[in-house]
Amino acid sequence: MKKSPREIQDSSRMITRRGLMLGGIQIATAGALAMQMRSMQLDHAEEFRMLADGNSIKIRLLPPARGLILDRNGIVIAGNEQNYRVTLTREEAGGDVEPILRRLAQIIPLSDARIEELLEEFSRRSAITPIVLADRLSWEEFSAIAVNAPSLPGVTPESALSRHYPRRGDFAHVMGYVGPVSDHDLSRIEEPDPVLRLPDFQLGKIGVEGRMEEILRGKAGARRVEVNSTGREMRELSRQEGEQGATLQLTVDAALQNYAAQRLGEESAAAVVMDCETGELAAICSSPSFDPNLFVRGISSRDYRALMDHDHRPLADKTVQGVYPPGSTFKMITLMAGLEAGVVNAGTRFFCPGHTELGGRRFHCWRRGGHGSVDAIKSLEESCDVYYYELAQRVGIDRIAEMARKFGLGVRHDLPMSAVAEGIAPDREWKMRRHGQPWQIGDSLNASIGQGYVLSSPLQLAVMTARIASGRAVEPRLIRAIDGVRQPIPEWPELEGVSANTLRVTRLGMDAVMYGSRGTARASRITRDEWRMAGKTGTSQVRNITAAERARGVISNEQLPWNRRDHALFVAYAPFEAPKYAISLVVEHGGGGSTAAAPLARDILLFALNGGLPPLDAVPSDQRAAMEARHQAMDLFIPEPPRNARTRV
Amino acid sequence: MAYLDYKVAQIPTGWRKILHISWPLVLLVTAVCCIGFVMLYSVAGGRLDLWAEPQMYRFAVGMVLMIGLAFVPMWFWRGISVAAYVVCFLMLVAVDLFGVIGMGARRWIDLGPIRIQPSELMKIALVLLLAAYYDWLDIRRVSRPLWVIIPALLILAPTALVLIQPDLGTSIMLVAGGAIVMFAAGVSLWYFAIIAAAGVGLVTAVLKSRGTEWQLLKDYQYRRIDTFLDPYADPLGAGYNIIQSQIAFGSGGWSGRGFMQGSQSRLNFLPEKHTDFIFTVLAEEFGFVGAISLLTLYMLILGFCLYSALTNRDRFASLITIGISGTFFLYFAINMATVMGLLPAKGSPLPLVSYGGTSLMILMLGFGLVQSAHVHRPR
Repeated sequence: MKKSPREIQDSSRMITRRGLMLGGIQIATAGALAMQMRSMQLDHAEEFRMLADGNSIKIRLLPPARGLILDRNGIVIAGNEQNYRVTLTREEAGGDVEPILRRLAQIIPLSDARIEELLEEFSRRSAITPIVLADRLSWEEFSAIAVNAPSLPGVTPESALSRHYPRRGDFAHVMGYVGPVSDHDLSRIEEPDPVLRLPDFQLGKIGVEGRMEEILRGKAGARRVEVNSTGREMRELSRQEGEQGATLQLTVDAALQNYAAQRLGEESAAAVVMDCETGELAAICSSPSFDPNLFVRGISSRDYRALMDHDHRPLADKTVQGVYPPGSTFKMITLMAGLEAGVVNAGTRFFCPGHTELGGRRFHCWRRGGHGSVDAIKSLEESCDVYYYELAQRVGIDRIAEMARKFGLGVRHDLPMSAVAEGIAPDREWKMRRHGQPWQIGDSLNASIGQGYVLSSPLQLAVMTARIASGRAVEPRLIRAIDGVRQPIPEWPELEGVSANTLRVTRLGMDAVMYGSRGTARASRITRDEWRMAGKTGTSQVRNITAAERARGVISNEQLPWNRRDHALFVAYAPFEAPKYAISLVVEHGGGGSTAAAPLARDILLFALNGGLPPLDAVPSDQRAAMEARHQAMDLFIPEPPRNARTRV
Repeated sequence: MAYLDYKVAQIPTGWRKILHISWPLVLLVTAVCCIGFVMLYSVAGGRLDLWAEPQMYRFAVGMVLMIGLAFVPMWFWRGISVAAYVVCFLMLVAVDLFGVIGMGARRWIDLGPIRIQPSELMKIALVLLLAAYYDWLDIRRVSRPLWVIIPALLILAPTALVLIQPDLGTSIMLVAGGAIVMFAAGVSLWYFAIIAAAGVGLVTAVLKSRGTEWQLLKDYQYRRIDTFLDPYADPLGAGYNIIQSQIAFGSGGWSGRGFMQGSQSRLNFLPEKHTDFIFTVLAEEFGFVGAISLLTLYMLILGFCLYSALTNRDRFASLITIGISGTFFLYFAINMATVMGLLPAKGSPLPLVSYGGTSLMILMLGFGLVQSAHVHRPR
């Protein structure tokens, strides 16, 4: 294509015009850049020169105060306390830190071994990193150091906030703890907040502290200080305080949690109390516990080893991490699956001769002599195994597993705690995937009574019970409010595919467990009508009982070593008519559910219902003396009434 | 082929071309590079081997490249413009699929001894293609919507590929570089006004949407904006670099603290001082005089390029020269504005001065094109 001269002329005219415009823009931009250079280098040069002179003005970060964690009534369960400490910066000390440490040792207790340790640390760390020499000083020691400051170059006495857990072991597993920031922590965070690099900054490690770290941490402040040539602070030029992290209010009740912890005592056990309506967890307690304050200070290796070596595993959170065969507490699921599938109704009876023969194997009922003719309610009341063996063969495992998941078993519930377990609600597909083997009918029989492959955590059992009580798909909740803003509670949907009749039969069965003449937990009933309860015991085997052993006579739990005894379980809710609280309780290797777990669960449930110590008239009369004695032996936490509460005259 | 319309005989041929190279431009480029060597020597604490020496070798290679390219006739560039664009585009796709990850983004293709950064080559290829496009296009159609959409797509396609690397800085450079060629080619100013208005609207929307449900950016991106608007809000974190850079810059004063005497640079308060913040070192050590001198040299380079473009009657050649010099202008203006705290911190080198092979080679390639356009201008 040939261009006409006219066109060429147009083109070059346009390019000239636009080129000149571009040139103008470029010159204007360069002018702006030059103006900025002038402003910075000529007009404000003095100020910048001052800043630059050895960078005599330093900006130091002020760590923010960590957000408080409160219980549902506003009681502090994780707070901050003033911590007086001294740090030393090698560069400011003029290089040789040893004489300074020796001088300091005359003022505060500082062992030779500790000095060696510190010298080693100084040689590893950069010269400008302040290193904490001593921590948690008394006010006297702190002021003595301040007075002697001139002879201690580089030593800075400072006060900092440190995490403190006033409720000690009560909330150790829920709360987790904070600890110093490790390189590993930093490498996991994409854009680490610079405040994390401060010496001894505390970062939430596990539990709520770890999971809610973002909102608890707050925002760092900064201060500009003038330093002299050795780096010593001369004066503070400006100060911008940080913002404290958000206050987190949990759903737990500190008094109830404390009572639950004491009632569990030294057992290796877990208890979860959940509000049937809202799903709020009122107590979530794993025993034995540990003092999280030890971890904040940096736990000694001796203390740590003691915790690790303890056979009751105090560091493990048994409420959400621990999974157990639910034993007979699973029978409600099997029953409901059977009722919904229509293979039985409330009146259907099976005969229990004490065992079931299946494919040459004999599956025993816990009562050798058998229960005779058993219907749905009686099957729960007396916890007849054979009834469920019959049921399982008719319902099939897949429908049982589906029912289990509907009630929150084998499902991971979302809680801001660490390592929340998913448990197992086994079905055919699961076994093929996990073990590469087809499902056997014997597996169904074991699963029907909560043995075999079934595993669930105490949290899941509490969710199951709350769902039976309310008929709604309640989810557990732990956060009640953030910075005073109440977290909305969803309207939990009604459970689908579970008819009102199914739920009614199941609840009546659980009622019979407590109040039926042969109820397995009759001894642990509540005797006040307005708190009438419904429950279910469970005893889950940790070992297989061989035929030979059975022939010899099954060894009773007391004769076995502790870690081979059965787990004791119990789930319950109350009041029967208008359910308020659901509880699940597991005592590891505790023996029978009715003797080892049910009484504890009943007492904790009573505390929750009463909002204080269980009244003696709420338990059968023969247990009142023992209960009173127990109460007197307890060192209970009585919360002070919140300041804004109305006082009764 | 507009170029053939002129008296071919008057265009220099063979070795005589060397006389027609714009030698002032060569001298200016060399001068700026020499400033770079001095600064690299200084930030290395008086060591030649660390950065200055490798940079000199690269400059020597780049110089040969530039002179060599000056001999290549214009018809060749026009001929390869489409192919160059397609090849660069395919390389960008390849980078996104299996490029080498470095500094948190995929930018490189590893070819054994050399690593290619196709996004840099694309800057040149895009200018070439757009120049060829507007050379081919009837000038009366330049502002018709259809004929505006085509180049816009040619710009946006590679930009999108660069954006997902992710490399926001280079994406902006591509769009701006392309826009400069469109602007010079005479696309109606209304289009630019509308884009500018849309840009202002978008920025407003981004800022207003913060904290609402339809928030447009991620939280950390807003924090970057905060840091830019007030570096002192986060003085030891994101604001640190820019504060230290400003301190160093300002403390240079009228004549600077002297060669190798800049305390900010010496004491390592300044980050990335051999690349992104090298202008700060210059400003600290040679003061206002040094900074304004470098700016002047840059503006003279632009001046020569613009003069060459305006006196060149070959539309294709003019547009190339304007496009390349415009990209060059963006390079140094953005870097200078950043270190002075006028733009948010975004790693970008100072052209011809910062340490780095790719950037230097691409620039020398660009100036080679400018020289080629200058040598072969119709007379």
